[in-house]
Amino acid sequence: MDFEPSPEQQMLIDQVRRFVREEIIPLEAGLDPDASELEPADHARLVEKTKAMGLFGIDIPKAFGGPDIDIVTRTLLAIEMAQHRAGLYVPCYGTFGGAGLAQIFEANEDQKERYLYPTLRGEKKAFFGLTEPSGGSDPARAIQTRAERKDNGWVLNGAKIFISNADRAQYGIVFARTDAAKGRAGITCFIVDSDTPGFHVRRVVHTLRSSHYATELEFKDCWVSDHQVLGEVNKGFAVANDRLTRQRIPYAAGCIGVAIAAHEMAIEWAKMRSTFGEKLANRQAVQWMLVDNEIDIRSARHFTLEAAEKARRGLPFRTEAALAKLIASEGGGRVVDRSMQIHGGMGMTKDLPLERWYREMRIRRVGEGPSEVQRMVIAREILGSNLR
Amino acid sequence: MSIRLRLDKPWRSLDAEEVARLPGQLGVYQVADARGVLVYIGQVGARSPFGLRSELQRELAERGPGLTFRVEVNMQYRSRWFELLMVHQADHGSLPADNARNPPPLGRLSPA
Repeated sequence: MDFEPSPEQQMLIDQVRRFVREEIIPLEAGLDPDASELEPADHARLVEKTKAMGLFGIDIPKAFGGPDIDIVTRTLLAIEMAQHRAGLYVPCYGTFGGAGLAQIFEANEDQKERYLYPTLRGEKKAFFGLTEPSGGSDPARAIQTRAERKDNGWVLNGAKIFISNADRAQYGIVFARTDAAKGRAGITCFIVDSDTPGFHVRRVVHTLRSSHYATELEFKDCWVSDHQVLGEVNKGFAVANDRLTRQRIPYAAGCIGVAIAAHEMAIEWAKMRSTFGEKLANRQAVQWMLVDNEIDIRSARHFTLEAAEKARRGLPFRTEAALAKLIASEGGGRVVDRSMQIHGGMGMTKDLPLERWYREMRIRRVGEGPSEVQRMVIAREILGSNLR
Repeated sequence: MSIRLRLDKPWRSLDAEEVARLPGQLGVYQVADARGVLVYIGQVGARSPFGLRSELQRELAERGPGLTFRVEVNMQYRSRWFELLMVHQADHGSLPADNARNPPPLGRLSPA
């Protein structure tokens, strides 16, 4: 496969790169080092710019008004959008818009009217409620939140943890066990409005990512009607799984973008900084660290674009997405770590973005399926019926 | 594992001597008026030259004497600040008066 960008892709890449360097980074210099939001006026102004560029809502399918950009190109652009201090988790501070939760595109027409279209118009926000205190890596077995039949609907009882944006969202997608005897075939996906009686955001969960927080949720006799079932009863796990696979490609792209930014900083610093009468760039120890950065970045880019290309062609890409997520998150962490080492004491300070990337990149080895789960997915492919 | 939602440090007089003792670290703080009513919840980020000490010096200069304050050193000053504001809103139905003048985008908490 040839992953060199086409002239059309390169034009879009250059456009986004200019946007990051000329619009985002100068504004970011005036924000708190852990900020995750622009001033509202700046955000609104930049959204108008991305709309004028024809790139607003690039993840929205064409049928729903998106700009019809294929997943390989979107991956290339996601790599660019992440190349600033907040870029790993808040690429360009959300000024390119978002498509919301992928599952809502699979909703029925009534649900689309109530949830999808308001989300695409920016009127509603959503959360994704899968992980529970009993575990997140193996949701099929860990889900203990129960949904029981009552009055043409379901009563939810249980808890969720590490849920982003639940305190600000108008609704969420919540996975609950509807048949205790059936394992993964006993889980159903529900759409829950956040003003439903019995739905509670109990507390903030602080993490390494100090710019943002997760939340812990409680469902206490929370009744939802049959109209809130997303997809089919007892087939919710497929909904969750599909999302987890798809999400791994942009997740990997963000890691690559930050790794490139850290690597470029390290190169620049190594060429400028002298110790004991010699530029760092002339020292083999530093050269080798830069070479290892280059290897990590190039391999992550290759595997991520391979996964995106398979997805673009409509081929199975579960293994490739796992490889991409694994290599980009682990390699990205190493790149940031080496780049901090090259910067010495300055690399540890909040004056530079490296310390934020270091903390946030660590989360990437766990978020969206930890490295060990990715290896399990890949091992199944190697050892299973598709042994090559 | 105990989870502290609310800030439970001791109140101190907002005066030059107390403020001079503060560390230069990052964190959050609260200011209360003479009646003990909480009027402001603040955060101290990395742009502050001497962290909590600088911010409380600024508060003293702007607000004058007769108030009390308390601080919590916390590297997660942003998410902790959001948490304290949301907990206050849940407990009292509103933000502290000086936060309410320019409220940040906040979510909803219903602490147990």
